[in-house]
Amino acid sequence: METETFQPKIVAFCCHYCAYSSADLAGSMRIQYPPNVRIIRTPCTGRLETEYFMKALETGADGVLVAGCLEGGCHFVEGNLCARRRVNYTRDLLVEIGIEKDRIRMVNISAAMARPLADTIADMVETVRKLGPNPIKRNGSSKSENPS
Amino acid sequence: MIVAQRKTIPDLLAIVEKHRKLLVLGCGTCVTVCLAGGQREVSIISSALRMAAKLKGLPLEVEEGTIERQCDNVFLEQAADTIKNHDAVLSLGCGAGVQALAERYSGKPVYAGLDTAFIGILEERGVWAEKCAACGACMLHLYGGICPVTRCAKHMLNGPCSGSREDHCEVDSARPCAWQLIYERLKSIGQLDELKKTKPPKNWRPSLAGGCRTIVREDHRV
Repeated sequence: METETFQPKIVAFCCHYCAYSSADLAGSMRIQYPPNVRIIRTPCTGRLETEYFMKALETGADGVLVAGCLEGGCHFVEGNLCARRRVNYTRDLLVEIGIEKDRIRMVNISAAMARPLADTIADMVETVRKLGPNPIKRNGSSKSENPS
Repeated sequence: MIVAQRKTIPDLLAIVEKHRKLLVLGCGTCVTVCLAGGQREVSIISSALRMAAKLKGLPLEVEEGTIERQCDNVFLEQAADTIKNHDAVLSLGCGAGVQALAERYSGKPVYAGLDTAFIGILEERGVWAEKCAACGACMLHLYGGICPVTRCAKHMLNGPCSGSREDHCEVDSARPCAWQLIYERLKSIGQLDELKKTKPPKNWRPSLAGGCRTIVREDHRV
């Protein structure tokens, strides 16, 4: 698949209190972001476990974006800090597996940051587009058809 | 509790790559608490193995399971049917769990997915520290509840080595001197006199030196 034409599939875990609201705001403000992201609302990014990121990548996502509140602004005090540590752990795990660690990224977005969210998504899509499709999909079919 | 940590994914793949149907079996006790081999870690490691195998083009099927306690035959029975349907088991239990599985299912390859490290406690979130060497002849009552066998790098039993720097061990400057801790603890509970008593040489026979140990309780045997 040509890198230029490849449309990556990005799973974006967005915190209800910030990034999800900023995506909402982006819609209200008519700010466009690439349609490559599938947004999943979470009560807090601190709710996310490493296994969620792994399952997303295993079942066919080309990239995972975790968007939590600004540091110091978490509704649950430090959920976003926990999420960042888990994302870092997942990045290390991906290296062990043999997958590019840049397929997963943690960002901090406030509910008012509609434009930065759109820019972040565009940047993530571009990063993953350069990386190419998830290598899991290159070697036989992924589990995307029948996720466990 | 028993504290363990997972082996790396390349190491695990090298162990299991000769099999086609693998069961990754977690344990719901110590290794769940130390975040090494519980249900969540089974899920993570299984995903990682599936992905790593796919990248290498290996036809490895990985299924997941967790039982309450791998070191107990009663719980091992619960996994019998699942284990029967797989070529091999990658145990995420401690060393005792792996061996219990291997003994119970003698015809089935059982591999250790974790490196069992020590008996310890959760000191702070994400940090576990060794507290007990299971030496078989506990002397904690003499040292204010701080074990010099485990926590002193030189296992000194009759006082400090004099090598400590600013209350920290000369072997590892990040580690507090066990004997400093013992002194402060005995002082705070009014038992400094304990230090004036000369301790006889420790009986090491109940420790691991003579091979694996067994405890028999006749009152509980059937």
